[in-house]
Amino acid sequence: MAYVIGVLFASAVYMMLRRSIVKLVIGLMILSNAANLLIFTVSGMTRGSPPLIPEGLTEPAGVVADPLPQALVLTAIVIAFGVLAFAVVLIHRAYEVVGTDDLDKMKDTDT
Amino acid sequence: MSHLVLIPILIPLLAGALSLVSWRSLLLQRWIAVVATGLLLLVSIGLLQLTREEGFVVMHVGGWAAPFGITIVADLLSAIMIVMTGVIGFTIAIYSMAMTPERHERFGYYPLMHLLLAGVSGAFLTGDIFNLYVWFEVMLLASFALLTLGGERAQMEGAIKYVTLNLFSSAIFLSAIGLVYGTVGTLNMADLAYKLGQVEHSGMVNVLALMFMVAFGIKAAAFPLFFWLPASYHTPLVGISALFAGLLTKVGVYALYRFFTLIFNGDVDYTHNILLWGAGLTMVSGVLGAAAQFEFRRLLSFHIVSQIGYMILGLALFTPLAIIGGIFVIVHNIVVKTNLFLVSGLVYRLLGSYDLKKLGGVYRHRPGIALLFLVSALSLAGLPPLSGFVAKFLLIRAGLEVGAWTVTGVALLVSVITLYSMLKIWAEVFWKPVPEGVNTERLTGEKPDSQLWLLLLPIAGLAACAVLIGVNGQPIYEVLEAAAEQLLNPALYIEAVLGDQP
Repeated sequence: MAYVIGVLFASAVYMMLRRSIVKLVIGLMILSNAANLLIFTVSGMTRGSPPLIPEGLTEPAGVVADPLPQALVLTAIVIAFGVLAFAVVLIHRAYEVVGTDDLDKMKDTDT
Repeated sequence: MSHLVLIPILIPLLAGALSLVSWRSLLLQRWIAVVATGLLLLVSIGLLQLTREEGFVVMHVGGWAAPFGITIVADLLSAIMIVMTGVIGFTIAIYSMAMTPERHERFGYYPLMHLLLAGVSGAFLTGDIFNLYVWFEVMLLASFALLTLGGERAQMEGAIKYVTLNLFSSAIFLSAIGLVYGTVGTLNMADLAYKLGQVEHSGMVNVLALMFMVAFGIKAAAFPLFFWLPASYHTPLVGISALFAGLLTKVGVYALYRFFTLIFNGDVDYTHNILLWGAGLTMVSGVLGAAAQFEFRRLLSFHIVSQIGYMILGLALFTPLAIIGGIFVIVHNIVVKTNLFLVSGLVYRLLGSYDLKKLGGVYRHRPGIALLFLVSALSLAGLPPLSGFVAKFLLIRAGLEVGAWTVTGVALLVSVITLYSMLKIWAEVFWKPVPEGVNTERLTGEKPDSQLWLLLLPIAGLAACAVLIGVNGQPIYEVLEAAAEQLLNPALYIEAVLGDQP
């Protein structure tokens, strides 16, 4: 899993360093997914044991998965979805207004 | 009484919802904005009183005790920042009544503004790092939409840089949160501070500290991560520019203060030394960038960067006096910087340009406006008896006390260059005669402008604040002294949130 996350981060940064704004947004998407997977992995994944308390007991029997990282990832996915939807609309609109998808040509506001 | 701490978040959220309900009536939306931000200001002052008396106001949302539930905490620093949020929100609400074109208002200007204020208040008050992330995102999403409202070419180009850099920093922040949870298994700030103090391997803790430093450094526009700010802050409506200039970067600075006094205080030599370098370079690069500019708002944007350097300097020196000075700079800068942006908008309304070369003659026709600008500008540069003088005096004294000669010298030098660029604006906009071919109907009053007082009122109010803070420094100093004491004793915060630890 660690390798997958590493590759995802690397490819996200590579995509963001390209000049096209579409690739920039793809990079952002991969980046947010990589961060989500990272949360999942570092907080210790437990397979096949949902954090449920069996009937009649007051605490779960045996090892169960930690529900908190799942809640965090779920929240982060929702937020990332909203933000990326905005980003996609933004690049579409920017392409219409500026007339190019090359980031090197979008430097009017920098000088 | 501890419910009071939630109200600064609820008011803007509720006001935003109300504005959405009254989508068709712009008049109603405007008045909701003024009333809601006014209420926010009043409540925040009440909260500040309460925190002065009790030290910490803690609320466990939903009755789940820390560290399991989400905690909302107000200490003095948070309360001060909330008061500043109220002040700026209120002034911008009044200013927007006259300065916002109707087609912007029709596309949700006011609901977004309330959402932004809710995000800012939430970020100041939360005591949970994941909740902080959520508030950051609320604030960012509102700011993205406000920044692009209008859809002009420059706005689009600025917005792409702004959105990319901020999303990148959010991803780093999120990864750091995951790693923190993996290392110590908690997200509550107080619990985190307590447990990180007991963790053995300090290498991992330092890596986490630096990840947070980079994430907040991008949001606060610290060197070398500030390029998004001057590229985007001059593009939206001037009221929005002023709101961003006053509040958004300060949220990043606040987060740095919170994390690097409360949580990552184990290896001060290492982390705060990096902060010190960052602070010095931020000051210099910001002010040099400004010296080259000839556009009113771009020039001011670069000065935001350089002032961020002063704020981080206070944190980096890490003595009581330096922290007091740092918070003083934050308070002073929020007032003054917002005001300078508001003045730039007023001048734009009178003369129709932001380009310094196409402006002039304001002093001759409107000496009152020139005076208001001068108060803010000289305060920014740090001339007595205005607010900036007290702030910089405290910082420089703190720097001399610990013997940080180089960075203190840099801070003084940067002040002088700041004065130079403020005088450049003064000479170009106010002193020199009106350039040829500029329409001066509005400036000389031939074409009357009935709403001008709505612009002058907030500017005069903020300028009065700047003078008051400067003249009346002692009581404010005492509040900040208490705030710094709280920041430098994390045990107080931990005890207030978690109760007595075994």
